[in-house]
Amino acid sequence: MAKRIDVSDLNVYYGSFQAVEGVSMTVEPRSVTAFIGPSGCGKSTFLRTLNRMHEVIPGGRVEGKVMLDDQDLYASSMDPVTVRRTVGMVFQRPNPFPTMSIYDNVAAGLRLNGVKNKKTLDGIVETSLKGANLWNEVKDRLSKPGAGLSGGQQQRLCIARAIAVQPQVLLMDEPCSALDPISTLAVEDLINELKSDYTIVIVTHNMQQAARVSDRTAFFNIRKTGDPGRLVEIDDTTRIFNNPSEQATEDYISGRFG
Amino acid sequence: MTAAIDRRTPDDRSSSDGSDLPDAARSGGPAVPAAGATPPGDGPGREALSEMSHPHRARAVKNGVAKGVMWAAFALAMVPLVWILGTVVAKGMHMLTTMTWWTGNQRNINSDDFGGGARHAIEGTLQMVAFTTLIAVPIGILTAVYLVEYGRGPLARAISFTVDILSGVPSIVAALFIYAVWVTTFGLGRSGFAASLALVLLMIPVVVRSTEEMLKLVPNELREAAYALGVPKWVTVVKVVLRTAYSGIITGVLLGIARVMGETAPLLILAPYTKNFQRDLFNGNFPTLPMMINQDRGDFALTTAAERMWGAALTLILLVLLLNVIGRVIAHFGSVKK
Repeated sequence: MAKRIDVSDLNVYYGSFQAVEGVSMTVEPRSVTAFIGPSGCGKSTFLRTLNRMHEVIPGGRVEGKVMLDDQDLYASSMDPVTVRRTVGMVFQRPNPFPTMSIYDNVAAGLRLNGVKNKKTLDGIVETSLKGANLWNEVKDRLSKPGAGLSGGQQQRLCIARAIAVQPQVLLMDEPCSALDPISTLAVEDLINELKSDYTIVIVTHNMQQAARVSDRTAFFNIRKTGDPGRLVEIDDTTRIFNNPSEQATEDYISGRFG
Repeated sequence: MTAAIDRRTPDDRSSSDGSDLPDAARSGGPAVPAAGATPPGDGPGREALSEMSHPHRARAVKNGVAKGVMWAAFALAMVPLVWILGTVVAKGMHMLTTMTWWTGNQRNINSDDFGGGARHAIEGTLQMVAFTTLIAVPIGILTAVYLVEYGRGPLARAISFTVDILSGVPSIVAALFIYAVWVTTFGLGRSGFAASLALVLLMIPVVVRSTEEMLKLVPNELREAAYALGVPKWVTVVKVVLRTAYSGIITGVLLGIARVMGETAPLLILAPYTKNFQRDLFNGNFPTLPMMINQDRGDFALTTAAERMWGAALTLILLVLLLNVIGRVIAHFGSVKK
């Protein structure tokens, strides 16, 4: 079910401001690809273009091509809602629906899209929670509010919610930046398990995390504030961290900038 | 509510500023380094201490004064409120304890006759308000949804501006507008329904504004979470945004109801009072509590008439209170779970 993403020559704009310039890359299926780079370099923005979430922000638009296997995500016949069902997303801050129970949160994506069968939902909720390593912690209190869980549990709940709609790609925008080290570890373990089924793209500020979880790493940078972000290089993670081909990458990874 | 709003007391902030730069903090000018402000060789230790304690005392005084003003304002606002409530209860309670008040009407009861019932007016007011709510709430909520979730550019600004103007329209102007349209232009008779239409005009801006505020409080992250699950926008709005803001919206609707329930000008112009039971909103005179109060106004000197007025006033207040309680209960069961 996992799919390959092919991006060619992508430019992203917010109104007249160009946020990302000329990105081309291939994201392999059943692998974890990490995006690293300084704040404001466009990695989150670029990530959002992979499921057209940037269109939620007024003025957001792209030029270029994003192919999911052989489907063009930006073809005029393509509905952004369909894209987002195929390409799921987990956000920086855990954002469970506050009015819903744990069960309802996981079932939300299906329920809001019209799935009503209780048996189907029960099954998917259990599989998803197990898939997110949360089942054992919450199985006795599925009807309790999702917002009552700890931050790390909430984030895993959000991951369960994202995989419940059975996407083919999972985008993660700094999924651990609001979590403590133990919860971070739990999420990282989870990412490792999920990659056998999904194509995973993760944005992170934590380079150890990128080194730990990813198979390939992409480094983004900007020349100066106000310039669009660019992809400097993308390569196997071990290569990026040990022997990058660009000087800028090495400077960033070793903590020397500019 | 839904969004975690950072409530910081003034004290939290005052404790952190101006600890070592008293001059700059006091004058509001640019930050001058403390060392430069202190004359050299003039007992820097003592000097620094007195400089530090002075603004601290000033802050404490300011804090005390502000606190005093706040409490005084609060007390001042409470005086008329308690006074009115006390008077109405004291003078009107008597009527409410008679059985006929809740069952009868005012038919064949003159100003100098004792008692009679208020049921016709209670029913009338409730019916009229229910009808008004039925029309105004959907329009108001949908307008707010448009303004917050969809509206961009000149159209949204125009609507927002119109709502602002509408919320400033005096009730008598709304009533005369409906009169001009309903009676003068279309030649239709005055009725409870016509008065309802005027009340709708008064209720819509209240509902729009309060709903708008509540929708804005729903964190954007929840909308994004829903979009990222492949949920269409309208489903997101209905099932996530409106659902999350639900209890706040109910509060807004209650405010609107309270606003129109005691409104009298549209009734005076559009819905003449009747002492009989009248359940037809569309034809003829219509009994309402504000109009019942108004009815006996000319004979206030008579104890019988005055008692009836106080009774009707208390009944009206109790109705608003009752609706508020019901609304709170509804809002409670739909509120964000913690």
